[in-house]
Amino acid sequence: MKKRVVITGMGVVAPNGTGVENFLHSIQNGVSGIRFIEELKNLNFGCQIGGIPEFNDSPYLQILEQYGLNGCSKIITLSCIAGLEAWEDAGFQIPERESAVDYETGIIIGSGIGSADIFGERIVPLTNEKQIKKLRSTIVEHSMLSGPSANLAGILGLGNQITFNSSACSTGTEAILMSFERIRSGQAISMIAGAADTYSPYCWSGFDSMRVLTRKYNEEPEKGSRPMSESASGFVPGAGAGIIILEEYETAIKRNAKIYGEIVGGHINAGGQRSGGTMSAPNSEGVIRCIKNAMKDACIESKQIDYISGHLSSTMADPIEIKNWTEALGRQGNEFPYINSLKSMTGHTIGAAGAIETVAALLQMNHNFIHPSLNCEDLHPEIKKLVAPEKIPHTTINDIKIKYLAKSSFGFGDVNACVIIKNLKD
Amino acid sequence: MDTIKNEVKEILNKYIFDKKIWTNAPENPRIILDLKINSARIVDIVLDVEEKYGIEIDDKALEKIITVEDVINTIKLKADK
Repeated sequence: MKKRVVITGMGVVAPNGTGVENFLHSIQNGVSGIRFIEELKNLNFGCQIGGIPEFNDSPYLQILEQYGLNGCSKIITLSCIAGLEAWEDAGFQIPERESAVDYETGIIIGSGIGSADIFGERIVPLTNEKQIKKLRSTIVEHSMLSGPSANLAGILGLGNQITFNSSACSTGTEAILMSFERIRSGQAISMIAGAADTYSPYCWSGFDSMRVLTRKYNEEPEKGSRPMSESASGFVPGAGAGIIILEEYETAIKRNAKIYGEIVGGHINAGGQRSGGTMSAPNSEGVIRCIKNAMKDACIESKQIDYISGHLSSTMADPIEIKNWTEALGRQGNEFPYINSLKSMTGHTIGAAGAIETVAALLQMNHNFIHPSLNCEDLHPEIKKLVAPEKIPHTTINDIKIKYLAKSSFGFGDVNACVIIKNLKD
Repeated sequence: MDTIKNEVKEILNKYIFDKKIWTNAPENPRIILDLKINSARIVDIVLDVEEKYGIEIDDKALEKIITVEDVINTIKLKADK
């Protein structure tokens, strides 16, 4: 029999807030974390703005230092800060060094770009200079892609599956769904799930060379990320991590855990890079199929969805995404659910996006609000034709009940992921 | 003499999880077995020592380092040359 899976903890490091409390304040008030970045200007980037989180005040840095994580790839730092916050938020304690192994809890933390920061800063230069010894013995554990999950598992003493996933911009949502499956099938009782991507010129230069980043808002950084706007001209890069704790329902109830929501279903697929789909553009048929299969898996009708946390990255693909949603749900105009884009405040945090946006969606569900989607006052005409403008809030909508939400992410490789979450509060 | 010992102790402390471990450690503790330092960290300790004392410790000398005294003796031997 399939197990039920609930979310019992959250942690976040986002450009507009580190820690769930700060992040909640920012999304309730439409606070942007996008800034001008001098280093990008000095390196002749076309896009010189981005969302870089600040975490120097994090209480968890002390633990990271104790575990020798100074100088590691920032995907590890970000994941551990958000992961430890989520762990404590779920009501668990950070154990002693020699605690018993918890074989029922695992970790899937992914990344879109990975540890390019440490390759660019240390591995490549020191290797080229023939200074291999200076890489030190920690270089592998500080740069390997499973570093986020492996290091967090070491701190917490976890003994279930400990791994990494990567599917470009759908990585975070995929990690959550893979973890969900592991509990649903009875192979784990709890999973730590999420994703991280970090700031480094080496992480972002590839996107700048592709000209998928906006170049028009270097003078007005907070206006740059404009999902669903007619004047959207490319995404704004961002960095951060979102981590949630997934737990088997009965176990969570037994220990009287607070429950943020139940993952009732989801789906992961790809568009095959056919029928209009390419490496970097979605095959709409694949997207629609993904959303429909997610609803089918969750055993819900499309009319039950109250809110969509969109992928909506401030590119030409936004109107296509909206069209796909209207077709997948069979709902348009006034009948369309509320929809917004967190990326309007954080930029596009690449692989971490789906995970950070899931945290934002859960906060909205639990605090009964819909956060504003910034910078879409000039709504794209193709979107206006399909969705009533009041379904895309410019200011926070309060006192609203979200019973079911859909969170989707779409990524390079024509890959899709969609998760459906139910509010268990009456 | 004690200066070098203290300096070596300071370097080793960077790699010791629980600093209290010195309290019950033997007179001449073994780095991995008594101080519970991850064996992979020996190369980092050697690198720190090389940088601090301006000496070079080759692979052959590195393999002979087991105890804290071994580190101190290696430093004295290399520094005398």
